[in-house]
Amino acid sequence: MAERFTKSMARNIYLGGSAFFVLLFLALTFDTQSRAMPERDNRDQITEQVVRGKHVWEENNCIGCHTLMGEGAYFAPELANVFDRRGAGDSAVFKSFMNAWMNAMPTNVPGRRQMPQFNLTDQEIEDLAEFLEWTSKIDDNNWPPNIEG
Amino acid sequence: MRYESQRVAMPYFIFALILFAGQIVFGLVLGLQYVVGDFLFPEIPFNVARMVHTNLLIVWLLFGFMGATYYLVPEEAQTELYSPLLAWILFWVFAVAGTLTILGYLFVDYATLADVTMNKLLPTMGREFLEQPTITKIGIAIVAVGFLFNILMTALKGRKTVVNIVLITGLVGLAALWLFSFYNPSNLTLDKYFWWFVVHLWVEGVWELIMGAILAYVLIKITGVDREVIEKWLYVIIAMALISGIIGTGHHFFWIGPPEYWLWLGSVFSAIEPLPFFMMVLFAFNMINRRRRNHPNKAAMLWAMGTAVMAFLGAGVWGFLHTLAPVNYYTHGSQITAAHGHMAFYGAYVMIVLTIISYAMPIMRGRPYGNSNTAQVLEMWGFWLMTISMVFITLFLTGAGILQVWLQRIPESGQALSFMATQDHISLFYWMRFVAGCFFLSGLAVYFGSFFIKGQASPSEEVRGPATEDA
Ligand code: HEM
Ligand code: HEM
Ligand SMILES: [Fe+2]
Repeated sequence: MAERFTKSMARNIYLGGSAFFVLLFLALTFDTQSRAMPERDNRDQITEQVVRGKHVWEENNCIGCHTLMGEGAYFAPELANVFDRRGAGDSAVFKSFMNAWMNAMPTNVPGRRQMPQFNLTDQEIEDLAEFLEWTSKIDDNNWPPNIEG
Repeated sequence: MRYESQRVAMPYFIFALILFAGQIVFGLVLGLQYVVGDFLFPEIPFNVARMVHTNLLIVWLLFGFMGATYYLVPEEAQTELYSPLLAWILFWVFAVAGTLTILGYLFVDYATLADVTMNKLLPTMGREFLEQPTITKIGIAIVAVGFLFNILMTALKGRKTVVNIVLITGLVGLAALWLFSFYNPSNLTLDKYFWWFVVHLWVEGVWELIMGAILAYVLIKITGVDREVIEKWLYVIIAMALISGIIGTGHHFFWIGPPEYWLWLGSVFSAIEPLPFFMMVLFAFNMINRRRRNHPNKAAMLWAMGTAVMAFLGAGVWGFLHTLAPVNYYTHGSQITAAHGHMAFYGAYVMIVLTIISYAMPIMRGRPYGNSNTAQVLEMWGFWLMTISMVFITLFLTGAGILQVWLQRIPESGQALSFMATQDHISLFYWMRFVAGCFFLSGLAVYFGSFFIKGQASPSEEVRGPATEDA
């Protein structure tokens, strides 16, 4: 690097630049969280059941195989839109699908990827269904591109 | 090694390498489960093996960073470590807590583990990479505080170099951002948003400071180039890293709820993120070209060049590949993501830890000029086997990812193949990835083998290199 460009100039760019962008990031985070998100994530529809469903999701480590809004593991299907894919947008249909599905696991088809039996109660499965239904309704800029996730 | 207390780095490095081996074994289990779906089922379901694989990775890199810090901070500060005893105590605390957590994953059902560790009191489990029981997370925070205290006390009583300042800034940032792992609101969109404060702001933020500082230190040592020059480069690199990487977090906010302006901000700023990695390549090669000595530890020099190049490929090139929102719309959460995750983590963080180990281990073992020639040749074989295998793992996953996008994402609903059907169609790529993974493991075995060869390099192997004027 040229001689005219000194170490202290480099240090000042580092300090000034990072301070500026940390502050900008905090401001953007504030705007995102306080202004934009309440309208996009339907937080008024987060019921007790949705909250319990999230805990069931977490305590069984579903994210270790599945993606949820494209994040997680890539071993098993996307689940943020499973409500649309398997429930056709109908709560009752989706709940009965979820109940049948969770109880039918594992398939034990030889060589096929296996999902464990989590021994969930009917209530837990219903909570999970509520959580996934709420998730499917978050405004996520129209991701995924199609129903397959 | 000028200060006796630098030697506490040794257990950290050794334990890191043992965990590395565990990580790779579980990587192979995962790789096989991808194609033989019921392999080890129900004893070790995929999600369990995956937690073990990724958590071992993170924990061994942390051991590596701590070892690197204990080694280089006293030498840079020109003083003994504040408390070697504390360093030893924290080593055992972290090693035992880490081992228990991994054993918990393997031998206790996850829901039960959540139950017995009282996840209900402060629910933090069940999120990718942050699967650790809350009690383990608290343990990590405590170890980090003790570690930082020890390091700060050391650095403050001695010479304050740029390498130390940057390294410690990175470590403080690492510990501070870890606190976001305790924030798990019941609103999923908030949870996800702040989850990235740990994950992204680590690997594309503060960890780059740590990587840059370690690289700068090793380059000072093996090239003998004037510290002023190296420090100037270091500042420019970390400036670019933070200027691009902080707002670059936005490349994760495209499809998880945040508003549309992130499509622009995330795309533009993360498109600049490859720059600091590219500068690390220029930095490493420039310093080595201008070297004022030919250090007999050739292997360390190879690792230093390798980490710069591979980090640029994995983070820079493979990151850029899918970082623009219109591309990411199709590739998000596909095998392309996995391809990039592998090469980026390997190139940047695995290799920087192996670089400092390559430089420091021989010295701590009483071989100031490096290992014997035979040992170095073996180590370089390990380098090439692991690195080339990782290139192939990445290429095969990229192939799988492109096909996945083509079959599953691009067609309209109704025409597109389902996820599971797509996976069947691309299984050949997964088989090839598994084979490449086996080569990786063999490379690791060769690398380990190099530690068991006796003898050392002698100073006479050092020939004076091309001295330059403007150093
Ligand atoms: C023998 C070599 C390896 C094999 C076969 C392997 C295999 C795998 C598999 C199958 C996954 C899970 C992907 C999914 O969620 O569906 C995974 C995840 C991961 N592995 Fe490896 N791995 C290997 C080596 C490594 C190495 C050396 C590193 C680090 C440098 C690494 C870092 C990761 C990371 C960061 C993830 C999470 C990726 C993400 O979330 O995108 N792996 N690995
Ligand atoms: C050494 C630095 C880096 C490491 C270790 C790294 C690692 C990772 C990992 C593990 C993931 C997957 C996270 C998950 O499981 O959801 C990821 C995602 C991603 N990375 Fe990086 N990364 C690095 C640098 C970069 C850079 C410089 C860029 C951009 C130029 C980039 C762009 C992305 C993007 C766009 C995603 C999201 C992929 C998706 O939508 O599924 N990364 N990275
Ligand atoms: Fe990122």
